[in-house]
Amino acid sequence: MEQPKYGFWLPPNISTHGAEIDNLISAVHWFMAVLFIGWGLYLVYCLFKFRERPGHEADVTGNAHFILPKYIEIGIIVIEACLLIFFSAPIWARVKQDFPKESEALVVKVTAEQFAWTIHYPGRDGKFGQLKNELIDGTNPTGLDRNDPNGVDDIISPNFLNIPVNKKIIVQLSAKDVIHNFFLPVMRVKQDAIPGMTIPLWFEATQTGKFEIACAQLCGVGHTQMRGFFNVMTQEEYDAWYNEEEKSLLGDAATATEPTGENK
Amino acid sequence: MSALIPYIDEPHPVTGVTNAKLGMWLFLASEVMLFGALFSTLIIMRTSATDWPAHGSDVLNVPLATLNTVFLITSSVTIVLSWAALKMKDLKKFKFNMGLTILLSFGFLVIKYIEYTSKFHHGHFPSTSTFYAVYFTLTGLHGLHVIGGIITNLYLIGPGSKMWEKEPERFTGRIECAGLYWHFVDLVWIFLFPALYLL
Amino acid sequence: MSHDSHNHSHGHDHSHGGHELPFWRKYIFSTDHKVIGLQYGITAVFFLLFGFSLMLLMRWQLAFPKQAIPLIGKLFTEDGVLSPELYNQFGAMHGTIMVFLGVVPLAVGAFGNYLVPLQVGAHDMAFPKLNMMSYWVYFVGGIVMLLSFMTPTGAAASGWTSYPPLSVVNGPGEGFWGGLFTGQSMWLLGMVFLITSSLLGSVNTIVTAIQLRVKGLSFMRWPVLVWAQVTTAFLLLLAFPPLEAAGIMQLMDRVGGTSFFMPSGLVVSGEAWKASGGGNPILWQHLFWFLAHPEVYVLILPAVGIVGEIIAVNTKKPLYGYKTLVYSVLFLGFMSFIVWAHHMFMTGMGVTMSTFFQATTMIISVPSVIILTTYLLTLWGASIRYTVPMLFATAFLPMFAIGGLTGLPLGLTASDIHLHDTYYVIGHFHYVVAPGTLFALMAGVYHWYPKISGRFMSDTLGKIHFWLSVIAINGVFMPMFFMGMAGVSRRLYDQTVYAHGLAAQPLNVIMSVSAWILAIAQLPFLYNMATSWKWGKKAESNNPWGATTLEWAASSPPPHENFTTPVEVYRAPYEYSSNKKLLPQFVQEA
Repeated sequence: MEQPKYGFWLPPNISTHGAEIDNLISAVHWFMAVLFIGWGLYLVYCLFKFRERPGHEADVTGNAHFILPKYIEIGIIVIEACLLIFFSAPIWARVKQDFPKESEALVVKVTAEQFAWTIHYPGRDGKFGQLKNELIDGTNPTGLDRNDPNGVDDIISPNFLNIPVNKKIIVQLSAKDVIHNFFLPVMRVKQDAIPGMTIPLWFEATQTGKFEIACAQLCGVGHTQMRGFFNVMTQEEYDAWYNEEEKSLLGDAATATEPTGENK
Repeated sequence: MSALIPYIDEPHPVTGVTNAKLGMWLFLASEVMLFGALFSTLIIMRTSATDWPAHGSDVLNVPLATLNTVFLITSSVTIVLSWAALKMKDLKKFKFNMGLTILLSFGFLVIKYIEYTSKFHHGHFPSTSTFYAVYFTLTGLHGLHVIGGIITNLYLIGPGSKMWEKEPERFTGRIECAGLYWHFVDLVWIFLFPALYLL
Repeated sequence: MSHDSHNHSHGHDHSHGGHELPFWRKYIFSTDHKVIGLQYGITAVFFLLFGFSLMLLMRWQLAFPKQAIPLIGKLFTEDGVLSPELYNQFGAMHGTIMVFLGVVPLAVGAFGNYLVPLQVGAHDMAFPKLNMMSYWVYFVGGIVMLLSFMTPTGAAASGWTSYPPLSVVNGPGEGFWGGLFTGQSMWLLGMVFLITSSLLGSVNTIVTAIQLRVKGLSFMRWPVLVWAQVTTAFLLLLAFPPLEAAGIMQLMDRVGGTSFFMPSGLVVSGEAWKASGGGNPILWQHLFWFLAHPEVYVLILPAVGIVGEIIAVNTKKPLYGYKTLVYSVLFLGFMSFIVWAHHMFMTGMGVTMSTFFQATTMIISVPSVIILTTYLLTLWGASIRYTVPMLFATAFLPMFAIGGLTGLPLGLTASDIHLHDTYYVIGHFHYVVAPGTLFALMAGVYHWYPKISGRFMSDTLGKIHFWLSVIAINGVFMPMFFMGMAGVSRRLYDQTVYAHGLAAQPLNVIMSVSAWILAIAQLPFLYNMATSWKWGKKAESNNPWGATTLEWAASSPPPHENFTTPVEVYRAPYEYSSNKKLLPQFVQEA
């Protein structure tokens, strides 16, 4: 998918867990529609049938006893319970807790700040270099210590999250200054980025394309500008990009070593 | 107009309390929520802190605070005695016991002053750490409530006591409400003292 | 002339030995709950219009990004384009002013103050001087909020939710006083005043309704409005204090260098934040939402009470299911204290906590549905009289339904993943508060106007107001659900920066044009309110609508002591005799 089509309803879904979230959204809205149309028809009927007019009197005994609303209420409770127990809670557990093994996934750090996203790849060694606040400056937004042996091969990507398709991605999300929110509309992924905390999230994309990262928590005057680029590539395209980055970082020495494959 | 509002002097037949007493209980319920929020903050700050003092006694003056506890508890007793004195129609005894209450409260404030200035002298301010932030805010808000109580009690022992001549029941009711408030202030301290100083 | 009768029927204040009070004691620093209620009402309407105007300006930027606002744009910025700074300030203050300076003072301070003593047969609130104080503390809080616009840093700009660290680092000042004289700090100070005002008011409402009931008025004979106001008062009493504590703590973080909410290692604009660290931003969210969720029930319950009264009067039959309604209101109030973290699902919450709060959120929808159902069922077998109040009260029902129903996908965590902090949320809560509560409050104005002034508001102007408003308001808020589904985040200065935002941009034009039409639709209402006082059709009796509750036993307007002859209650509200005769509560059956 090169040019995703956006409109007035849900964005395209390219996430492995997107379908179940979209199904839940659909199911809830059908439920809401049935209730609203049902109540609405009843309301319109009453407003017409029981309007004040000559010869028509109100039933003031107050003895009318309605049984149907009780059953409707019970039905509502049952359906809400089902939506919670059989849909929402399991989906939440899957999405927020059932993490893939780190060895099977590509782990990246994403750090939000006013007003940009910094994506930090661990490099072929699979280990993140240490982050030190005192090293933070314009060219080093997360304070990566290049003198740390683990940090020599780390790739820092400003505002671009490039990932291979059909690969599980674990994001370790944090923020430098205020609360932001990491939102990938097409992945149905949304998570607050809270300073002082590193919150993990995971996802897997099923299609390639160029998409967006949005910030979904007011973070200051530049909140609207926190647009990041979320590029899902084929494995070949991703490897090509990765090697380019490595080369410019480490020179030709990098490509001499055997790629370990799993840690990219 | 006040003649038209009932249950100022005598209790309501169903609730069994005067308007002021019901109002005071409601107000105290909201105060429980206020201090509850601060105690919750204490718990949350403490569980996530890296540099919290191992024991409150390491950094806070427990003997002084114990003295403060004695002052407050005693003042709760004396304020009840002042109310009881009014019930026995003894204005002099009321003034004596209310005076003791106020004196003890001032004693509390003096010790608080000593504590605070000592902390400042050693460079410990609310901004120093989350421990000190919570300590100063909790004890500070409590201290403000003590001051509020002192002002009210000074009024009641002074110009407010003129009401005894014309409306003795209403005045007694006021002292009862003041007592309720004061017991609450005392109660907060009884939670505060172990939470900050002893644990 | 009702104006003359207004003066003559004023009783004497006993504490002044029979002399009439001077103007400033009668109308400015009055202890009469009716005067205070009107003061609250007029002040609240002013703030509602002010808060609405802020949004009308923002709506230009939203519909036509980066274009200069016509005619008045240059009053705000050099090139007439609303800046991102001003956009965020207007946004934060719009929410704050509408909720805390507009709706609650109108719903609780105005309607509650005016009607609760009358409906329980009392001569005034239990604590008249406290009542006066609660108004003036509100007034000061409002002034502080307005002054916040004039600080060097401008008004608060971190949303009405004021989340730290943003609200602490935003618009800082030098030192203690410099820090205090910033918009964000003054927001916190203003909140302390407003919270105090609410606390004082709620004590008064509860004590008055319980202690000052006249003979025969048992609890299960209270009008639904009184049940709603008392429950609301309990919510305010118990839920506001944690926010007061949190506000003080945030103020200390801003001006005192503390770190209640500031974690360690913050780097703001390239510089390390100078504070001890060790704080927790999520603590603020817990304390804030612990108030703010009950707060939204504070916004809706008085409306539920008003709609109940108006439906009862205009269906000419008893309200269906009075007992069920009362228990639902009480249960709703109780449940409102244990759902707050559904606003925090995205903070990194685990399964246990999220399941608990999802469950309580689903449960709280039950009493809401029951309340709506009892009102709907009241219509069955009725003889519905379409007065202007009834038009608004009827419209409340489907509007409240939409608002409530759209809470479901937000209350379920898995669907909230996509919808959190999008326009869907804005659509959801506005439906409940705008065509929900505000319509109910407008209905209340039309309904009780003859009691307060002795004259009716114009029917024609009322109908124009209603039809224009109901159409325009749906034009503003319905598109928001679509915009939220499309993934457009809240509080964005210019959503066209995003491809998914650009695609949904046409909806913004519809919403903005509808908002401006909605603004124009309020003009007949304002004109009607102002002029009917002197020139409206006179109400020929004390009870022109044929209602059953106690306020209609008093003259219109009621004298200072409300009831010149003793009132007693003989039955539940909304009852009729066997031969279909209206039986007000205060009339002994012959």
